[in-house]
Amino acid sequence: MAETASIQIRLTGAGPIPLDLAFETQGNELIALVGPSGSGKTTMLRAIAGLVPAAAGEIRCGTETWLDSDTGVRLSPQRRRVGFVFQDYALFPHLSARDTVAIAIADGTPSDKQSRANDWLTKVNLDGLGDRRPSQLSGGQQQRVALARALAREPRVLLLDEPFSAVDKMTRDRLKQELARLRAQLSCPILLVTHDLDEALALADRIGVLHRGRLLQLGAPDDVLLRPASPAVARLMGQTNIFDGTITAVATPAAPGKLTWAGGLLEIASTGGAQSGAAVTWMISSDAIVLHRRGRPSQGERENPVAGRVSQLTRLGEQTAVSVSIDGAAGTVLNFRLPTHAARRNDLDVGADVTLSLLSENVHVFGA
Amino acid sequence: MDWTAFALSLKLAFWTCAVLLPAAVLLARWLAFADGTRKAVVEALVMLPLVLPPTVLGYALLVGLGPQSMLGGIVRTLTGGGDVLFTFKGLLLASLLVNVPFAVQPLQRAFEAIRPNVREAAWVSGLSPWDTFRRIEWPLAWPGVVSALALVFAHTLGEFGVLLMVGGSIPGETQTLSIAIYDRVQAFRNAEAAIMSGALLAFAFVALAVVHVTARRRHG
Repeated sequence: MAETASIQIRLTGAGPIPLDLAFETQGNELIALVGPSGSGKTTMLRAIAGLVPAAAGEIRCGTETWLDSDTGVRLSPQRRRVGFVFQDYALFPHLSARDTVAIAIADGTPSDKQSRANDWLTKVNLDGLGDRRPSQLSGGQQQRVALARALAREPRVLLLDEPFSAVDKMTRDRLKQELARLRAQLSCPILLVTHDLDEALALADRIGVLHRGRLLQLGAPDDVLLRPASPAVARLMGQTNIFDGTITAVATPAAPGKLTWAGGLLEIASTGGAQSGAAVTWMISSDAIVLHRRGRPSQGERENPVAGRVSQLTRLGEQTAVSVSIDGAAGTVLNFRLPTHAARRNDLDVGADVTLSLLSENVHVFGA
Repeated sequence: MDWTAFALSLKLAFWTCAVLLPAAVLLARWLAFADGTRKAVVEALVMLPLVLPPTVLGYALLVGLGPQSMLGGIVRTLTGGGDVLFTFKGLLLASLLVNVPFAVQPLQRAFEAIRPNVREAAWVSGLSPWDTFRRIEWPLAWPGVVSALALVFAHTLGEFGVLLMVGGSIPGETQTLSIAIYDRVQAFRNAEAAIMSGALLAFAFVALAVVHVTARRRHG
């Protein structure tokens, strides 16, 4: 495996999706890039690999410059050491798995390449399938061949474009585990494009949220999920409990901050730099909304109790999605999920009166 | 059976394939990956011989390649001097022109069938453009190459109108098998015409079958 080098990426310019973003990565960090369709995720990966002729900006990998529009440096895809796993794998239909992997091995005699290709196939659990062509392999096996081909390049950065999207759920879960295990042996950063937030949260060291070619936030999964930089990031991360309110007291080490919302007062751990009297937008993740057991008040009752009525209830297998209209605040709805057995035990149904706690630690006030 | 005419037909088919195929591969590959107006114009030009009556094309060549014409002079210089019309050279030139669509079309379709990201995967795997062509595109386009070869070969064996216009019917020089058959019929030598027609049919069939079977084996 190639030695670790930091990679600095700044991309601008026209392409299928115009990009305007900059970040740096190193070690064997895994950055998951999430965002809606058309946000530029794939375009970004392709630009890093040198497959977008219109891309401008700078890409530096260790001491090498792959792209520098100012000085006219633009290395061909062949000269950038990237491993690229395409969404549909892009395997060579006429070549066996072994020959496919051997193509990406730069040096050595043909027999040496074949034997190293076998080693890579073993690493991705494809022992004994080296003679098979793509049409003789399952979706998951094809994905592994694509991964082995990308790794055999001994890349400085591994680019994975929705690598798990074309396989069934069971295979996907297994492949994710294998990727997590394989990472320990890699010394290059991984950029993983995905539209699956759970996948990003499960695998990534950092998550980058892309929208219209811009990197809205790049941070630790918890930060991006629970403390997003803006309401736009929160929405892209699937948050639905986003509201306007007014700060009435700034948090101090001795006392919590206060937020006026829906005719009530919420205690909050941090006011996110907003001063007293400031109109703010805030959010709470659905995990931080606690349903009080009906008929038996819980400890949580003391923490930001909010009363309302169930306006919508959808059972989704083991989970039930619940929407609660807040009393005294027409049109204000809190959404959360809870285990279906808990919904049953609480006799929860549309029209039921409920009390919820909004955990103050998890109330996130967006900065101005 | 007129073996001289038969041999001339084979010779013409062989040289047409040999000269046309490399050029057609380059043109078809460019057409497959290009877009825009230039592509549309070139595609129209490529298809032109298909819609023109062979006699029209033959007449154009007859006039264009005449001893007085500039084009004729250029072609004579390029091919080492000597007459072009009513010689094998003229026959070959006419055959190349009428066969352009038969060579380019199947090749273009074959290159178009290669998904763009398969080529890109080859590039990011480190393969140079030439190696990508040699190791990825060519094997994948192989069925198209075989189709083009088979079509051009068979079409040249059966070519008649344009060859008669440009080459006349000089035994041993420009009288191909199909022209020889026509001559026999004109002379009421129907038995000979029937034998030669049957032979041409049988040979074309066997040649095409061999090419297709070989292609299938090679492509797996």
